Amino acid sequence: MNKDSLFRFLLFTAALLVLLFTAGIIYALVSRSTETFQEYGVWGFVGNAEWDPRSATEEYGAFSFILGTLYTSFFALLLCMPFSLAVALFNGEYYKGKKISSAVRSIVDLLAGIPSIVYGLWGFYTLRPLVIALGVNAQGFGIFLSSVVLAIMIIPYASSLSSEFLSMVPNNLKEGAYSLGATQIEVVQHISLPSAGSGIVASYILALGRALGETMAVTMLIGNTNRIPRGLSDTGNTMASVIANQFGEADGLKLSSLIAIGLLLFIITAIINLIAKLIMKKLSHV
Amino acid sequence: MESLKITHSMKAILQLKEVSVSYTPGKNAVHKVTTDIYPNTITAIMGPSGCGKSTLLRAINRMHDLYANVRTTGEIILKGRNVLEMDPMEVRRMAGMVFQQPNPFPTMSIYDNVLAGYTLNGIRLGKKEKEEIVEQSLQSVALWDEVKDVMTKRGSFLSGGQQQRLCIARTLALKPEVLLMDEPTSALDPISTNKIEELLLQLKQQFTIIIVTHNMSQAARISDNSMFMYLGELVEHGNTTQMFTKPRNKRTEEYLTGVFG
Amino acid sequence: MNHSSSIVQRKRKDKTIRHLVGFFSLLAMIPLFFILWDVISKGYKNFNLRLFTEVTPSSMDALLAISNGDPIPGGILNGITGTILIVGLAILFSVPLGLFIGIYLADNQGKRFAGLVSYLTDLLQGMPSIVIGIIAYAWVVKPLGSYSALAGSVALTIMMLPMIVRSTEETLKMLPLSYKEAGLALGSSYTNVVFRILIPSGFGGIFTGILLAISRVMGETAPLMLTALGASVVHWKMTEPASAIPLLIWDFYNDPNLVDLIWSSSLLLLIVIFLLNWIAKIVARKWKV
Repeated sequence: MNKDSLFRFLLFTAALLVLLFTAGIIYALVSRSTETFQEYGVWGFVGNAEWDPRSATEEYGAFSFILGTLYTSFFALLLCMPFSLAVALFNGEYYKGKKISSAVRSIVDLLAGIPSIVYGLWGFYTLRPLVIALGVNAQGFGIFLSSVVLAIMIIPYASSLSSEFLSMVPNNLKEGAYSLGATQIEVVQHISLPSAGSGIVASYILALGRALGETMAVTMLIGNTNRIPRGLSDTGNTMASVIANQFGEADGLKLSSLIAIGLLLFIITAIINLIAKLIMKKLSHV
Repeated sequence: MESLKITHSMKAILQLKEVSVSYTPGKNAVHKVTTDIYPNTITAIMGPSGCGKSTLLRAINRMHDLYANVRTTGEIILKGRNVLEMDPMEVRRMAGMVFQQPNPFPTMSIYDNVLAGYTLNGIRLGKKEKEEIVEQSLQSVALWDEVKDVMTKRGSFLSGGQQQRLCIARTLALKPEVLLMDEPTSALDPISTNKIEELLLQLKQQFTIIIVTHNMSQAARISDNSMFMYLGELVEHGNTTQMFTKPRNKRTEEYLTGVFG
Repeated sequence: MNHSSSIVQRKRKDKTIRHLVGFFSLLAMIPLFFILWDVISKGYKNFNLRLFTEVTPSSMDALLAISNGDPIPGGILNGITGTILIVGLAILFSVPLGLFIGIYLADNQGKRFAGLVSYLTDLLQGMPSIVIGIIAYAWVVKPLGSYSALAGSVALTIMMLPMIVRSTEETLKMLPLSYKEAGLALGSSYTNVVFRILIPSGFGGIFTGILLAISRVMGETAPLMLTALGASVVHWKMTEPASAIPLLIWDFYNDPNLVDLIWSSSLLLLIVIFLLNWIAKIVARKWKV
């Protein structure tokens, strides 16, 4: 009996550690960013688009990076939708259960396994010349290039969850529609998609969350300028990329500001994931 | 009509005294059951779904300990000791249980499955001892000849009936006082069911068996004594033949004649 | 008003959409082949024994070699050993911890505390890797006073933990309840039932989860930039800065003299990651619960 009590105690302690870790994470982020928030106030920092590390004119604000993050992530989401929806329909509806579907799944899994830095390299060496040739901008770097690569990176995340939800649409529902003479696309349109709808929305929200936190590929492709991007063809920085770039020798107010940006990123991704979770929870209680 | 079945020898081997089990406070799934079980008999617990028969059975080997909100009161005296006050692990070695779903442990060979009770309890046995126990247990469930050449294989290739016999052998290997069986043939085909029923009739010479069953003809076929439960209460208990031919309680009669399921 | 298109039109629309779905799916998969082609065709030249046996050249040496028209000397041995050290430590930390938490969650379904832990595990999973890097920086680099392999492995542990917890929990939940009950009914202790019956029975799913978690963190760069920093020598000291293959790739990217090594290193990284994924798939199939 003693052995069991000890074991159960260890199990409980392990679970407790998750709590402690989370608390520790929040504490670390908050305590190390108070310097910045005390200096500028929360909204003062969040709404300030100025980022000037020069010691004479030091001033830090997160706004440019928040916008940079939102631009790249939403544009990436937009770009990935037709493709991930196609793959989801391919696997969850049209070729569900067939051999070719598992081949497609494997390939998409491989896409998900490629590390961010390799995407960045490919984006830099292969896509950037294309972007320049397309005339988007002179240097190739920028929102457009990063979003394109980001879109490719999140396709696997958006598509695998969506295809799960599509394949869970009960057969008898679909059969009912077919027996009324519907074509497959009509069944998809009127039965499958509405039925799996919230699940698909949740998977896109999760993909968005992934995109928001993506670091390496974006850092290598976005151009690293600390101002609000003026459009798709402009360069900029995301919250993740500015931290990656400037954390190295940062200290004092700069370090505190970077960590403050990390805190903001943490909060935003946590909220996005929570929303996705709530949607999926509602689904399981349907 | 005189029954030739032995209905009791000297002393009860298991006594239930006002045993109640509740899942939610205030609501008893089993209510104040009192009865005696005699050695070397088969006692069937029957009743419609939800009457509490499995709940009662599981109280005997302290399975309810696994679930925090279950409360068991009363006394369950096994060989003179109150099961509810003993160490659950010791109880379970004295009262073995066979479940509805045959479940040989998938990562162990047939040989190791039979010895699982010893291994899991950390009891070390010599090689000769092990072989004796395995052969004896498998012989007593009439499985020895069928598996003696494939004992190092996993049990998953065996048929449902064979798997269940393996599980019985596994339980018997620990030489329990009482064998608790929770609908052991519900998941099996009629032929396997038949074989196991025959097996139980043989086993009762060595063991005392309590079997929960939703199949009254099974109870009629193999049990010496029966307990009929309804909505958590023990409505009637006694000699099986007597109960089936001359039930004392109206409910019992209704159940036996199929008025309700 | 056209309220019922003809059958022909509907059939045509159906066919068109079906083709579009196939077409766009194909397009979605093309980047994989482009990337693989790039990495393989540019990387095989430098993919030789030297890659595995020599440490990274200094910028100067590389520059000299280039100006002489020689291939760059050196390899990525320090990155390989660094990855082994950092990921190895992360495995050491995250596997037992993740296993225990997974067991706890599988056994306490529906309870409030377990629900909270489950939610927080998901929260940790969604954390951006750079933020995890900041945390490991705050927890290890700052107190220790220097960058270190340990800090890097703490970061990777945080990343691996949720995945291992989830796969352990899901696998155990899928096992029939009767395994646990039969084991306990034989008088076994709960501990023995878990380690001798449940975990062996669920080994496939659990091991797959661990392999996938490893392959996920092998390619991580951002958190290591803030924690392990990098090193140009081979060492096994966990309190010293260490390199890792992705970190080296980043270094090479930023140094025009070392650019040639990028592709062979990436090739190695991809091979390892794909290998781990492939093994995970085989294990999952062979040990189906």
